[in-house]
Amino acid sequence: MTMLSMPLGALSSLVAAADGPFIATGEAPPWIALMPGLPLLGAALCVLFACLHVKSKLPGYLTVALLAGGFATALAAFLGGLDNYGVATIFRWIHASIGADTSTTIAADFGFYMDGLSTLWMLFVTGLATVIGLYSTEYVEHDKGLGYCRFFFAFNLFVFSMSTLVMADNLLLLFLGWEGVGLCSYLLIGYFYKKPEAVAAAKKAFIINRIGDLGLLMAIGATFVVFGTLEFRPLFEMVAQGIDAQGQPIGHTWVVVVIPLLLTAGAFGKSAQLFFYVWLPDAMEGPTPVSALIHAATMVTAGVYLIARMFPLYAADDAMIALTVVAWAGTLTAFWAATIEFAQYDIKRIMGYSTISQLGFMFAGLGLLGTTGAVFHVFTHAFFKATLFLCCGAVMHGFGGQLSLRRLSGVMWMKGFGITAACMFIGCLSLSGVPFTAGYFSKDMILAQAFATPSDMIGGAFLIGLLLLLTAAMTAYYTFRVFFRVFVGPKHFEPGDDDHGGDHGADHGDGHSAHHQGETEEEGDALHTGFHPHAPGWAMNSAMVLLAIGTIVVASLYFVNKKEDHGWAGTMVKHSSAAYASPGLSHGDKTAEHHGDAAAAGSHGTDSHDAANPHGEGAIEGDVKPHAEAGTLFGQDPFKIMYYVSAVLGLLGILAAAWFHGPKGAWGLGIGNREHPRRVRMDAVAAKFGPIPRWAENKWYVDELYHTVIVKPLLVLSHVFHAIDKLVIDGLVDLLGSLPRWLGAMLRPTQNGVLHSYATGMVAGSAVLIVLVVLVALL
Amino acid sequence: MVDLLLAQSAFPEAISQNVLAHYLFVSAAMFTLGLVGFLTRRNLIIMFLCTEMMFQAAGIALIAFSRFHLNYEGQTFVIFVLTVAAAEAALALALVVFLFRKRDSLSAEAWAEMKG
Repeated sequence: MTMLSMPLGALSSLVAAADGPFIATGEAPPWIALMPGLPLLGAALCVLFACLHVKSKLPGYLTVALLAGGFATALAAFLGGLDNYGVATIFRWIHASIGADTSTTIAADFGFYMDGLSTLWMLFVTGLATVIGLYSTEYVEHDKGLGYCRFFFAFNLFVFSMSTLVMADNLLLLFLGWEGVGLCSYLLIGYFYKKPEAVAAAKKAFIINRIGDLGLLMAIGATFVVFGTLEFRPLFEMVAQGIDAQGQPIGHTWVVVVIPLLLTAGAFGKSAQLFFYVWLPDAMEGPTPVSALIHAATMVTAGVYLIARMFPLYAADDAMIALTVVAWAGTLTAFWAATIEFAQYDIKRIMGYSTISQLGFMFAGLGLLGTTGAVFHVFTHAFFKATLFLCCGAVMHGFGGQLSLRRLSGVMWMKGFGITAACMFIGCLSLSGVPFTAGYFSKDMILAQAFATPSDMIGGAFLIGLLLLLTAAMTAYYTFRVFFRVFVGPKHFEPGDDDHGGDHGADHGDGHSAHHQGETEEEGDALHTGFHPHAPGWAMNSAMVLLAIGTIVVASLYFVNKKEDHGWAGTMVKHSSAAYASPGLSHGDKTAEHHGDAAAAGSHGTDSHDAANPHGEGAIEGDVKPHAEAGTLFGQDPFKIMYYVSAVLGLLGILAAAWFHGPKGAWGLGIGNREHPRRVRMDAVAAKFGPIPRWAENKWYVDELYHTVIVKPLLVLSHVFHAIDKLVIDGLVDLLGSLPRWLGAMLRPTQNGVLHSYATGMVAGSAVLIVLVVLVALL
Repeated sequence: MVDLLLAQSAFPEAISQNVLAHYLFVSAAMFTLGLVGFLTRRNLIIMFLCTEMMFQAAGIALIAFSRFHLNYEGQTFVIFVLTVAAAEAALALALVVFLFRKRDSLSAEAWAEMKG
């Protein structure tokens, strides 16, 4: 058995070495296939609508209806609880024998694996897709017709792929979904295909993802070689027993280090972590609902899902090498992205970097063995980040594509933007980790985990905790920097250059208000004569409100089953492959019961194995050193003290934002002094740091570095290959091709059309033949 | 059987090898004259007549061999050649008339349009 669990000294007697992943052994109901099935139907219908040249909002509303059906299915699956956990095989997909004997069979069915993890994921994927789909019906309305159908086709296809990824019961089907979401991401980032930046961003996202995908593909290959199967259930059973397909122990071999590291490469590509993150900020070129759904809430969490799904393999390594890498990479990414955000002015990009940073938190949580915290943070983050993105999208939609926080101010007071600002405020509070918000509870679990996990399990866990705490404070600062500058303060705006035609003037004349009063002499009215802000309509407003309510509601999930499982997410995680009694998070009496479940789940494979290899398990068990007890912070249980520490840090961050960027008056918390849309206290501070703010604004020149180190050499190399192709390969082919041409040129003059030359030729030829015949006869 | 037939035929005896050589010489001379004429003259009618001459040269050689070997195959073949030559003469002369009408010339060089 894997030696995952020696959480607390006192508990270790309870925890036999039999702790393993929860394996859903039952049969899932076949109707769960509706979750990927309905969006697939929607995608097909959108193609049909495109062929029929439908010019109404029908594709959008139909998509919303189908996605709502998907959400209802997810809800039904969730309410069915443990009864629905298991595998539902929809149809046989790939069954192939490899090699001369038919004993090695690769089997991958179109089957869906339901457990706590996939249920939780499907709940927010389908739920958010429905709400964001509703928002999109209004957001892309200027593109009614083919563009509208194209948007919702890709939208549906994305939900289908994401559902396939999450529900797959084998790694190959997971890979299919994985590539599918990558494709849809590419299609949707490049939705405005006439914009060169959007096309470049789409290509960048796709290519960088491909690099990570290579790691995933290699991991899948290695898994098959070692375990002889790609299906989760047999795989987890083997991992739970600590053996591979041949019954050899995997505990201290390359298997538990290399395969997780390769999986991690795939996860980092998709989830925009260290080295791979550069595609995500650029992906903000896509329509905002896409940024909200794909590049904040769902697709980018696929990496977290992958690691949580394959967590037994990660945890099978006593040295926790892969998990240490994950923890540190996540932490450094979180910190790194936060530093860049300090100097960004594009509100969507700020949210993009914030997503990278928050994903870093999730990976840190996974790496620190706190799967519950990480999964809960995925769940809450999906809600509040989607809210924030939709609010940014409403502002962008309303002000002709304006995204610069230096050119917008006091949006809250403009007619029609009240709901947007209120939702934005809720989202900001949650992202900042203000007490009793969703982000506060989920982030706390990760932060506390950093101090609870002993450093001899995850190297430098304490340092990770400090860095994450610093990042949490920075998060609060940069989040409220956006709020204080864009939503409150003197009213001011400069429209972006995306002003689509005259449709604002006619339909939204009521959006015009006396918005110029707060301007100073520098910004003349001439800048935006005739432009009226375009307040969000019912669809966008209701989507934002729904998500804002969702953000508040999910916070309460922390108190569901709090005693037993540390919140609702803990209950879900407990019945999934990510189940792990992380240090410090004791589950009380339930722990023992849970071990009983797990042992029962894995038992039918154990007996035969024991007979075949009686020393296998014993050998591993002998190596187990009980890990140190869970760590403390200020001599207290970190899960208790963190409530206060992170609350103080979050509030400090908000106060700093208010001091540096807040407007004068109550909305600046009484300490802000901004009276001008651009002039803030921060400018004086930034000036003291010399060129550093500029470097941060330019994203620490990482893109430039990649361009110089990777793109440029590749370009040069491709030019070299091009030259070789032109000169050598083409030269050879041309030479060969010129031979008949040259011969033809030699012989062509004989065909001159003169009868006598033909006759002469014939006579000469006959003469030669006769001479030859005679010669042959004579000789 | 063959001897009986030969005994009743109009050519009771074969020609000698010496006589055959004379016939063949005449045939070769006629063929060469025809060939040289075909290659050197430009008038289509003359060229056509030269080909007829080559036909007849071949016919003489065939008949000579037929007489030399005392069988009828050569003579039979000459009858065929004459028939074909007669039909071909009608066709060829019609063509020549047609070509003359097109170019107002009987020269073979008037019809060298292919520029290789």
